[in-house]
Amino acid sequence: MRALVIDDSRAIRLILGQVMKKLGFEVVDAGDGQQALDKLKSDGPFDIALVDWNMPVMNGYDFVVNARKDPQYNDMRLMMVTTETEMAQVVKALEAGANEYVMKPFTKEMIAEKLSLLGLSIE
Amino acid sequence: MALNPGDFEYISKIVRGQSAIVLEKGKEYLVEARLTPLVASENLGSIAELAQQMRKDISGKLIAKVVEAMTTNETSFFRDIHPFEVLKNTVIPELIQKRESQKRLNIWCGASSSGQEPYTLAMLIRENFPQLKNWKLDFMASDISTEMQKRCQDGIYSQLEINRGLPAMLMVKYFQRSGAQWQIKPELRQMINFKILNLSGHWPLMPKMDLVMMRNVLIYFDVPTKKVILQKIRENMQPDGYVFLGAAETTLNLDVKYERMNFKQSGCYRIKEG
Ligand SMILES: C[S@@+](CC[C@H](N)C(=O)[O-])C[C@H]1O[C@@H](n2cnc3c(N)ncnc32)[C@H](O)[C@@H]1O
Repeated sequence: MRALVIDDSRAIRLILGQVMKKLGFEVVDAGDGQQALDKLKSDGPFDIALVDWNMPVMNGYDFVVNARKDPQYNDMRLMMVTTETEMAQVVKALEAGANEYVMKPFTKEMIAEKLSLLGLSIE
Repeated sequence: MALNPGDFEYISKIVRGQSAIVLEKGKEYLVEARLTPLVASENLGSIAELAQQMRKDISGKLIAKVVEAMTTNETSFFRDIHPFEVLKNTVIPELIQKRESQKRLNIWCGASSSGQEPYTLAMLIRENFPQLKNWKLDFMASDISTEMQKRCQDGIYSQLEINRGLPAMLMVKYFQRSGAQWQIKPELRQMINFKILNLSGHWPLMPKMDLVMMRNVLIYFDVPTKKVILQKIRENMQPDGYVFLGAAETTLNLDVKYERMNFKQSGCYRIKEG
C-alpha cells in the first residue's frame, strides 16, 4: 500500500513517514498542498494521504477540497494530521471529504488504530 | 524506590486477597512503579512505610488506593476493532431478532476501566440500531475501581484518549468540548449505569445478560479465580447470550461449557447447547 505524507515540517514528514513505513506502507512526501496535488499526478495512485492543515502555498484543507473534486481520487482515503483541535475544524474537514482526523501530537499506535478503522491495516 | 522482599510479599498478598490480581515474583518493578506516586501523594517516605501504614489500615481506604494503583487501566475506543464488527454485523442483529417480542436487552461490561469500551458499544448501538431506542435497554458497566467508575460517569477524555481508535465522525457526533478535554454527550452517558463491582467478590443480583463484555481482565487472575468468574458469568447469562473476552484470553482449559464462535479474532463465546 502507498501513502502520501503532506506536511511543511521536514521533521514531521520524516517521523510520520517512518511510522507509515513501519506499518508497511510505501511513502512519498510533499511540503504543501500544491506539491501534493502535483505528486498525486506524478507519483499516484495512493491508498491514503496524511494531511497537515496549516501549510504555505496551499493548506491541507484546500488540498482536501481539490483532491475530492477529481473522481479519480475517490478511493484514496484522506486523513488530517494536525494541531487544529476545534470541533468546528474537525467538522469542516469531514464535510470537505476527509475520512479521518488525528490531532497532533500523534503516536504510532494512534495512526495504526485510525488506519485499521479505515480498513487499511496490514496484518 | 527500593522494595524489600517481605513488603513485596505482603503487598501482593493483600492485592490478591482484595482483587484476585496476581503479582508473581519478578513483578517487583511493577509494584515499585505503580506505588511510588501513591507514596508521594500520601506524604510517606518509602514503600516500606506505605506497607507499614497498610498493616494499620482499619478503614481499608489506603488498601483500596493500593489496589487501585496496581490495576492496569489500559483501554481505547473500538479496541481491537474486530469484536465490534462482529457485534454490529452479527451478534446484535441476532439478539434483536430473538428478543423482538420482549423488546428487552441486558448488557454488561464487567471491567469498564475509564469507559471507552461501554461508550464504544453505546455509540455502535445508537449508530446502527436506532430501533433499540424504544426497547428497554439495561446497560450496566462496572469496575473494581472507584476512580474508574467516576471517570466513566464523567465521560471526560483527554486529546490523547480521544485520538485512540475513535472514528472522527463519531467524535463530532457524540462528544462536546469541555475546556481542553472532550466529554461524551449526556444522551449517551444516560444510557449506561456505572457501578463498582469486584469480580472476585460477591456479585449483586443482576438481570440475565444477553451480552457480556469481559475483556482484558481475566488475564490478571489466577486459574481458580478465572474458573469461578467464567462459571458465574454463565449463571448470570441467558442461555443464548454472548460473551466477549480479550484477544489474549480464552475459556480453553478453564470452562468446557463455553464454545468459541468462529468469528475472526473477536474473542466471542457462547454457552454450548444441551
Ligand atoms: C486493562 S483494563 C480493561 C478495560 C476494557 N475492558 C478493555 O478491554 O479495554 C482492566 C480493568 O479491570 C479492572 N479490574 C481489575 N481487577 C478487577 C476485579 N477484581 N474486579 C473488577 N474489575 C477489575 C481494572 O480496574 C481495570 O480497569
